[in-house]
Amino acid sequence: METKHEAYYVPEQSKLPLWASISLFLTVFGLANLFNSISAHKKAMLADSSLAPLGMFGHDGIYFVICGFIMFCFVLYTWFGQAIDENIRGLNSAQLKRSYVWGMGWFIFSEVMFFSAFFGALWYLRNISFPHLADASTNDILYNGNIEVEWPPAQTPDQIVNGDSASFVAPDKGMGWAGWGHVAKWLPFWNTVILLTSSVTVHIAHVALLKNNKKTFNLWLGITVALGIIFLGFQAFEYYEAVHHYGIKLHSGAYGFTFFMLTGFHGMHVFMGTFMLLVQWLRSVTKGHFTHDDCFGFEASSWYWHFVDVVWLGLFIFVYILG
Amino acid sequence: MLSIFKRSLALLLAASLPVAAEIDPWQYNLTEGVTSVSQNVYGLHMFIFYICCIIGVIVFGAMFVSMYLHRKSRGVEASQFHESVKLELVWTIVPALILIGMAFPATKSLMEIYDTDNAELDIIVTGHQWKWQYEYRGEGVSFFSNLSQKSKDQIYSADAKSDDYLLDVDNPLVIPTGTKVRFLVTAADVIHSWWVPELAVKRDAIPGYINEAWTKVDEPGHFVGQCAELCGKDHGFMPIEVKVVSPEEFESWLGEKRAEAAAIAEAAKQTFTIDQLLEEGKVVYDTYCAACHQANGQGVPGAFPAIAGSPIAMGDVGLHMDRVLNGGVGMPPFGEQLTPVQSAAVITYQRNAFGNNMGDIVQPVDVVQYQQGQ
Amino acid sequence: MAHGPAKGFSRWLYTTNHKDIGSMYLWFSFAMFFLGGIFALVIRAELFQPGMQIVDPNFFNQMTTMHGLVMVFGAVMPAFVGLANWMVPMMIGAPDMALPRMNNWSFWILPFAFAMLASTLFMEGGAPNFGWTFYAPLSTTYAPASVTFFIFAVHIMGASSIMGSINIIATILNMRAPGMTLMKMPLFVWTWLITAYLLIAVMPVLAGVVTMMLMDIHFGTSFFDAAGGGDPVLFQHVFWFFGHPEVYIMILPAFGVVSAIIPTFARKPLFGYSSMVYATASIAFLSFIVWAHHMFTVGIPLLGELFFMYATMLIAVPTGVKVFNWVTTMWKGAMTFETPMLFSIAFVILFTIGGFSGLMLAIAPVDFQYHDTYFVVAHFHYVLVPGAIFSITAAVYYWLPKWCGKMYDETLGKTHFWLAFAGLNITFFPMHFSGLAYMPRRIPDYNVAFANWNMISSVGAFLFGAAQVLFLYIIIRTIVSGKKATDQVWEGATGLEWSVPSPAPYHTFSTPPEVK
Ligand code: HEA
Ligand code: HEA
Ligand code: HEC
Ligand code: CUA
Ligand SMILES: [Cu+2]
Repeated sequence: METKHEAYYVPEQSKLPLWASISLFLTVFGLANLFNSISAHKKAMLADSSLAPLGMFGHDGIYFVICGFIMFCFVLYTWFGQAIDENIRGLNSAQLKRSYVWGMGWFIFSEVMFFSAFFGALWYLRNISFPHLADASTNDILYNGNIEVEWPPAQTPDQIVNGDSASFVAPDKGMGWAGWGHVAKWLPFWNTVILLTSSVTVHIAHVALLKNNKKTFNLWLGITVALGIIFLGFQAFEYYEAVHHYGIKLHSGAYGFTFFMLTGFHGMHVFMGTFMLLVQWLRSVTKGHFTHDDCFGFEASSWYWHFVDVVWLGLFIFVYILG
Repeated sequence: MLSIFKRSLALLLAASLPVAAEIDPWQYNLTEGVTSVSQNVYGLHMFIFYICCIIGVIVFGAMFVSMYLHRKSRGVEASQFHESVKLELVWTIVPALILIGMAFPATKSLMEIYDTDNAELDIIVTGHQWKWQYEYRGEGVSFFSNLSQKSKDQIYSADAKSDDYLLDVDNPLVIPTGTKVRFLVTAADVIHSWWVPELAVKRDAIPGYINEAWTKVDEPGHFVGQCAELCGKDHGFMPIEVKVVSPEEFESWLGEKRAEAAAIAEAAKQTFTIDQLLEEGKVVYDTYCAACHQANGQGVPGAFPAIAGSPIAMGDVGLHMDRVLNGGVGMPPFGEQLTPVQSAAVITYQRNAFGNNMGDIVQPVDVVQYQQGQ
Repeated sequence: MAHGPAKGFSRWLYTTNHKDIGSMYLWFSFAMFFLGGIFALVIRAELFQPGMQIVDPNFFNQMTTMHGLVMVFGAVMPAFVGLANWMVPMMIGAPDMALPRMNNWSFWILPFAFAMLASTLFMEGGAPNFGWTFYAPLSTTYAPASVTFFIFAVHIMGASSIMGSINIIATILNMRAPGMTLMKMPLFVWTWLITAYLLIAVMPVLAGVVTMMLMDIHFGTSFFDAAGGGDPVLFQHVFWFFGHPEVYIMILPAFGVVSAIIPTFARKPLFGYSSMVYATASIAFLSFIVWAHHMFTVGIPLLGELFFMYATMLIAVPTGVKVFNWVTTMWKGAMTFETPMLFSIAFVILFTIGGFSGLMLAIAPVDFQYHDTYFVVAHFHYVLVPGAIFSITAAVYYWLPKWCGKMYDETLGKTHFWLAFAGLNITFFPMHFSGLAYMPRRIPDYNVAFANWNMISSVGAFLFGAAQVLFLYIIIRTIVSGKKATDQVWEGATGLEWSVPSPAPYHTFSTPPEVK
C-alpha cells in the first residue's frame, strides 16, 4: 500500500486520443475498401481474362490507408514524446510509473492471447480436424478414402476432389527438422540461436544500466538491435525459400497458412520489438536518456523482446520441430 | 397409460374438428416423440425442469417472505449479521449434489445418442442452400427435397396459411419402421443442421466433413422438422419431412424411385422444340432459380447477379452450362438436382428470357454429353 | 488540478476526466441500445404473424445480426465501462483513472467503429447477415462484401476494450487509497477487476478469429474451408472461446451493481462478502472451459461433450452462492423499495430464471432439442435484458443523483419499472413456449402453430420499447429540472462515493482519503 502520498499526475486535456481514433479509423476504413476492391477485381479477372491487374494505386481506399497511417504514426510519435517529456519534467510519481508497468504487462498478456488463438488453430487442425477428415465415413464418402494423415499433407482435400483444377495445392515439402546432418543449413535453428542470444544481450544491457554503466548499455542494446535485424533478414530469406523451393504459399492448405500466419505474425512482432529497442537505443545514444532508476521505456521494450523470444520458442517447437 | 389416453383424446378431437388437424397453437412444451431417445430426452427435460421449479419456489419464496416481513414500513430494525460459513457450505454442497444427480441420467442418454454402430440402413443427408439431398447408400436412390410449391405460394399471399405451412416438401425422406437408420450428415456449401424433433435427431451438417446420427422408429408415421442452423437467406424455408413406412412399403417405394430415374434417363434422349423448352424452363426457373435471381431475372445487387444481360447467360453456352450444372461461389450446383430435360430447359429459358434473346437452344442430350465429358 | 471542466465542445472531445468519459460512454451506449432496439422492433414486427409482410428474408437476417452485435458490443459493454469509469475511481479513492489519455482514446474509437458497422446497412449486398456469431463459411466465402468492414470494426472495438480493461486493472491494482485493501473493495470494483481480466484474455482471441476470416476472404488461406484442410468447426471453437467468457463479461459487473444496491436498501451489510469474491473468480475461471456448450450438435466426440456438459453445469454452484447471498442480505433487513431496489429485485428473480434455462441447456442430450430454437433466445434474453440491462438501469437510478446532483422523480421511476417489467416478461416469456414447441431461431417466417406466442411477444416488445422512451425522458428531466439531491442520497448507502458532495466535484480525491 501507498504510505506517503505524492500527487498523481492527471494530464490536461489532450487532442491526441481523438486524433488517434480518427487516424485509426481512416486506416482501417481504407484497408477494408482496398481489400474489397482487390478481391472484386480478382474475381472480375477470372470472368474476363482480358482484364489486367490493377496497380496498387488503382485501388479504392489506398489514399485513406496512407493518410491514416501517416497520421497515426505522427500521433504516436507526439504522444510518446509528450509522455517522455512529462517524465523528464518530473511530473510522474512512483505510483504513475507503476501504472505504466501494469499497462505494459497486461498489453503483453493480450498479445499472448492473440498468439494462443493461432497456436490453438494449428493444434486443432492437426489433431482434431485432420483425423476427422481421415475418419472412415468422411474419408470414404467425400474423399474416396484418399486422405492420409501425414504432416505436411501430400494433397489437400481440394486436390483429391478436383485434381489439377484445385485452388489449394499442397506444398512440395515442409520446413521441418531434417535431421542433424542438415542443421548447418537449417535456418530456423540459426534463428533460434540468434533470438535466444538477443534475449541474453538485452539482459546484459539491462544489468549494465542498473549499474549506471551507460557505455556498456549502449553497446549491448545496439547488438540486440543488430541481432533483431539479422533475424528479420534470415526470415525474409526463409520465406523466399519456402515460396520458391518448397512450394509453400498461403493457399497451400493447412500447412501453408499455419506456417505463414504464425511465423508472419511473429515476424511482425519482431519487427515492432526491434523498432522499439532501436528507438530506446537512439534515445540513449543521442539524448542520454535512462538512468538506473528511470528507464521504463527501455524496460518495457525489453519485456516485449523477451515475450517475442518466448513465442519463437513455441513456434520452433510446434511449427518447425513437430512440423 | 396417460399418454395413450391423451393421444386417443387428441385423435377424437381431430376427428370432430377437421380443420385443427395435428396443430396445437398453444403448444408450450416439448413432445415425447416416437423413439426411445426422444422419450428419454423428454423425461430428462421434465426432470430438470421440476428440479429448477423446486429450487425456484424455495429461493423466490424466501425472497417474498423477506420482502413482506422485513420491510421498513413495518417498522422493523435491520439486523447486521453478514457471515456464516456453515450456511455458505450448505448452499455450495447441496446444489453440487443436485447437479451430480442430474449428470447421471444425462450421461446415459448422451451415450445412447452417440451409439451409431450396427446401423441397417445408411442415408447420406446433404444440406444445400436451401434444400436437402438424400442418398440411400448402396441403393442407387438419391433425390432432393425442397419446400413445397404450395407453401412457397403462401409466403407472400394474404390468404390464411395451411397447417403444414413451411413444413411440407416436394419429396419427403422415407424410412422403414423397426430399422436402425444411420444418417451421414454433411453439407455442400455452408453449415446447416438436420433436425426432426419427434425423433430427437439434430446434427449439424458441416461442409467437407461427415457427422453421424441415428434413429429407429417402431410405428409408421409422418414427422416434420426444419433446418436448425442459420444458412443464409432462406434458412427459414428449408423444412424436412420424414415418412416412416413398413419395410415392405419401403422396398416398393425404392423400386418406384429407381424406375423414375430410368424414365428420366429415357426422356433425356428426346429432342424438344424451343417452345416446349421455354415453357418447361420457366417452370424450372420459378421453382429453383427465382429464389436468388428473382422472378424478373434482375438478381439482388451485391448478392446474386442478374440473369438479364448476364455475360454468362449471353455468352459461351459451355460456360453457362458449367455455371448451372456445377455452380459457382454462392450458387449451388444443379447438375444432380435437375433432370437433363429441366437443365436444358432452364438454360434455354435464361438465354431467351428477360430480353436476353440469344435465340439458341440447349437440348437434354447436350447436357448429358457435357456431364459425361467431365 | 483545481480547475473545473473546460468550456464548450472541447470539454468532451479532448477530456482526460474519468467522469466526462464515463458520461460519454453511458450516452453512447444508450444511443446504441435504442439503435439495437429499433432493429429488434423490426424483427418483432415481421414476426407478428406468419407470412412475409415487412422485410425480405435477407434483410431480416441483417436485422438479427446487427441487433445482436449492437446490443452486445454497443449497448451492454460500453455501459458497464461507463459505470466503471464513473464509479471505480470514486469507490477506491483515486483521483482519476490510471491512464487518463488512453481512457479517452478507448472511448473515441467506439463511435467510429459503430459508424463503420452501421454504414454497412447502406452498402451494396447489405449489412452482415450471418448472425452475431458469424459462423464460417457463411461469414467468409458466402458473405456480402460488407463483411470486411465488419471485421475491421471488430478489430478496433476490440482494441478499445483491451485498452479500457488495461486501464481499469491498473487503476484498481495501483490507485487504491491507503487502507483500501483488496478485500475491502466494494464488490462492483471486484467484479470489474475480474471482468477486465476476462476481457484482456478473450478480446485478442476474437481479434484472432476475425483476422483468420479476413485472410480466408481475401488472401487465399483456408482456416475454415475443408478443401484446404481447414475446418468450419475451428471457427466455432475459437469464436466461443471468446464468446462464452463474453457473456460473463456482460453479467459480472451486473452482479457488482446489484451487490451494491441490495445492501443499501436492506440497510444491512452484504451477506458473505468474501464468498461473493470467490464465487466471481470461480465463475470467471469456469467460463474458460465451457465454451463448447454452444456446440453440442456440431459433432464433438462423446468425451468432449461430457466434459463440457459437466463443466457448464458446475457454473450453477458459484452463481447459486451469489443468489443465495443476495436473498440472505435481504433477510431481516429493513427494506424500502425505491426504483433501483425494484430493478435489483427483478434482476435477482429474472436472472435466476434465465440461469435455470441455462442449466437446462447445459444438459447436452436435451440441448439437442433446444439448440437453435427460441428456447435459447428466451434463455439469453432473460440473462441479458433483466440481467445486464436491468442492472445498468438500476445503477443509473442509484448513482444518477450523485452524478448530476439532482433527484429523479420516484413515481416516474416506478412507472418505468413496472412497464419494463411487464413488457419484458410479455416479450420473452412466451419465447420459452414457442421454443419448446420447436420454433427455430433466426427465421423470418414460421408455421401457424407458433403464431399465438409470437404475436404476444411482439406486443410485449413494443411495450418494453415504450418503457425505455420513458426512461430517456426521466433522465433528461432529472438533469434539467430534478430536485437537489443530498450528499448521501440513500439512507442506507455506505462507501466512499457517498462521502463526497452531490454532484461529485469534477476532481474527486486529489488527496486520497484514509480508509479504515
Ligand atoms: C449474460 C449472459 C449470459 C449468462 C449469465 C448465461 C448463463 C448461463 N448460460 Fe447462457 N447464453 C447466453 C448468455 C448468457 N448465459 C447467450 C447470449 C447465449 C446464446 C448465444 C447464441 O447462440 O447466440 C447463451 C447460450 C447458452 C447455451 C447454448 C444453447 C444452445 O445454443 O444450444 C448454453 C448451454 O449450455 C448456456 C448455458 C448457460 C448456463 C449453464 C449459464 C449459467 O451461468 C447460469 C447459472 C445460474 C443459475 C443456475 C441460477 C442460479 C442458481 C441457483 C439458484 C443455484 C441452484 C441451482 C441449481 C442447482 C439448478 N447458455
Ligand atoms: C444485451 C443484449 C440484448 C438486448 C438488450 C436485447 C433486447 C431485445 N431483443 Fe435481442 N438478441 C440479442 C441480444 C439482446 N437483445 C442477441 C445476442 C441475439 C442473437 C442474435 C443472433 O441470432 O445472431 C438476439 C436476438 C433476438 C431475437 C431473435 C431474432 C432471430 O432469431 O431471428 C429477437 C426476437 O424477438 C430479439 C428481440 C429483442 C427485443 C424485443 C429486445 C428488447 O429488449 C429491445 C428493447 C429496446 C427498444 C425497443 C429500443 C428503445 C425504444 C425506441 C427506439 C423507441 C421506439 C419504440 C417504441 C415507441 C415502441 N432479440
Ligand atoms: C442460392 C442462390 C442461387 C440459386 C438458387 C441459383 N443461383 Fe445462379 N447464381 C447465384 C450466385 C451467387 C451466382 C454468382 C456465382 C459466381 O459468381 O460464382 C450465380 C450465377 C449464375 C449465373 C451466371 C450469372 C453471371 O452473370 O455471373 C447463371 C447463368 C445462373 N446463376 C443460373 C442459375 C440457374 C439456371 C438457377 C436455377 C436452376 C440458379 N442460377 C439458381 C446464386 C443462385
Ligand atoms: Cu439450412 Cu438453415
Ligand atoms: Cu455460453
